[in-house]
Amino acid sequence: MSGDYLSGRPDEGNTTVVGDTDHDGALLEVNDLSVHFTRHGNKPVHAVDEVTFSVGAGENVALVGESGSGKSVTSLAIMGLLPKRGVEVAGSVAFAGRELIGLDESQMRNLRGAEMAMIFQDPMSSLNPVVPVGKQITEVLRRHRRISKPDSVTESVDLLQRVGIPDPARRVTEYPHQLSGGMRQRVLIAIALACQPRLLIADEPTTALDVTIQAQILELLRELVSGTGTALIMITHDLGVVASLCDRVHVMYSGRIVESNLRHQLFARPRHPYTGGLMESIPRLDQARGLPLTPIPGSPTDTLAWSQGCAFAPRCPNAAGDCKTQTPRLEMSDDRALRCFHPLDTEAARIGAARG
Amino acid sequence: MLRFALRRMALLVPTLFGLTVLLFFWVRILPGDPARSLLGQRATPEGIAKVNERYGFDQPIWKQYFLYVKALAGGDFGSSIKLHEPVLDAFVNKLPATIEISVAALLFAILLGIPLGYYAGRHIGGWLDTTIVSGSLLGVTIPVFFLALLLKYVFALQLHLLPTQGRQDARMTTDHPTGFYTLDGLLTGNFSAFTDACAHLVLPGLALGTIPLAIIVRITRASVAEVVHEDYVRTAEAKGLLRGTVNRRHIMRNALLPVVTTIGLQLGLLFAGATLTETVFAIDGVGQYLFNAIGVRDYPVLQGFILFIALMYSLINLLVDLSYGLIDPRVRVS
Repeated sequence: MSGDYLSGRPDEGNTTVVGDTDHDGALLEVNDLSVHFTRHGNKPVHAVDEVTFSVGAGENVALVGESGSGKSVTSLAIMGLLPKRGVEVAGSVAFAGRELIGLDESQMRNLRGAEMAMIFQDPMSSLNPVVPVGKQITEVLRRHRRISKPDSVTESVDLLQRVGIPDPARRVTEYPHQLSGGMRQRVLIAIALACQPRLLIADEPTTALDVTIQAQILELLRELVSGTGTALIMITHDLGVVASLCDRVHVMYSGRIVESNLRHQLFARPRHPYTGGLMESIPRLDQARGLPLTPIPGSPTDTLAWSQGCAFAPRCPNAAGDCKTQTPRLEMSDDRALRCFHPLDTEAARIGAARG
Repeated sequence: MLRFALRRMALLVPTLFGLTVLLFFWVRILPGDPARSLLGQRATPEGIAKVNERYGFDQPIWKQYFLYVKALAGGDFGSSIKLHEPVLDAFVNKLPATIEISVAALLFAILLGIPLGYYAGRHIGGWLDTTIVSGSLLGVTIPVFFLALLLKYVFALQLHLLPTQGRQDARMTTDHPTGFYTLDGLLTGNFSAFTDACAHLVLPGLALGTIPLAIIVRITRASVAEVVHEDYVRTAEAKGLLRGTVNRRHIMRNALLPVVTTIGLQLGLLFAGATLTETVFAIDGVGQYLFNAIGVRDYPVLQGFILFIALMYSLINLLVDLSYGLIDPRVRVS
């Protein structure tokens, strides 16, 4: 197995490098991105609004939030995978200095799979059931790289080996239904990383898997992206996943970013009550046994429109009168950003929790 | 795979046996009887008794059935009462014509139906989709004999583009080694006979193919509309594959699974149901022969032909099931 393709071989590197490879900015800069679904005859739905963040080359970034917070839609907008009809995407997504919003379809297809790749939530349904898994890997290699058929087969075997699939030479000829869920997710990871993309988006890659497999898949992802220059956007509702993988965290609620920070600082001092609530709902080993977890009251559907106030206000322990009348802005300072009128005073909150 | 096929074939035996019982009694429940049809209006009781005696219709019915099954077991399907030819020979002679128009009809339905269904499925709710769906509704509801007459009127009588009836121009003298006139034209190197046979297939094919066309359009449309939203299609798009690859390998290969089943069922139905078309276009096939046999209560022909048709229908279904295993690995029988 001399397959060292995940660390970039200069001789066989991507032929479709786009944009300014040595431009100064971050690899991916998302600026004021909004996605509105405008189905005929229905009220437009603001799935994503005012989303701004950036990802440096090789950086691992997390988008965290409950279902419906807009994190998946954000990633699909970056990849250009949203349907064309009934969807309005505005703002800017710059990848390696090149604007992707409004980029024409064929150029987008050249980027996808080669420069930017994505892993989806449900490995059971994300592989084509009637095509052998090997073919599903070789087709992306053949699409983006000048590589002969036999070479692409050899390489797909190498890739499967690399993502930890035993007996890969046999597995390439098998169909998805012959593989377990964990194996299928490994195949999808192999497909995503086949062309050594500069950006990998993982959309809740472990939610559909059972717990022991989850840990293996996360470990595999960490192994594969660390030190290869591939940047990772991890989309999850699980802060536990974030803790093991990501440098920077953006917390989303109801389509907007409510808090951004470096991982250590966010965990040490969550400022937004929603972030605080997410953390309280993680089971921890360092807490006394028998203590119940503290869930966030209500459900993600109990929101206020952002135009009227803070969407989290109906569920927020800190909510005051102004939260329901004025829209909080995302205040940026240094590394951090916060959208809240009454943030948590974490020290006090902690003491209070200890007393109670 | 082979064991599966053999098991299915074995299951055919009791099915067909049950069918012989049904058929045997059913044709005899029909009003009228062969002797009366044969001898016409002026039949005398003596004449009728004589005919009945000759064909064994005077025997007790259970004995008749026993003799019939005994003959079947020996491969003897009996002879036509009216035409005195062996039923099996008649069927083998008439089959090529029926297969030809059925295949022509199905080709027309598939070649037009799958692209139309695909397009409609990708543009659900669009004006062309609406047009295609209403058109297919019309296709299902229009009576075949009416459509056949309409086609004859427009294309043959008014436009003089195509022949109105038969399988071959009467002035043509050709050899027929196989009985498939198109194939015969090619085999004997007689190219004008081939094109002539094809021209004779166009109108019957259109008339007979309308219903299968409408059904294929609808199944394809529904199937494509469902598959385009599957996660694996999104995966394929995320890989940056070209649109054609996504369409062919990831959408159509999955969307066609239910269409293949439909096509198989339609083919079986076409073999059995070409009677009207064969009659309107004067094509000397299985349907027309069967139709004439019903008129004269030709019991052996009715029993034999329906049994053969049932056998073909079953075999085609078996083939469809086997081909399903080829295109969908999940149902492959190990």
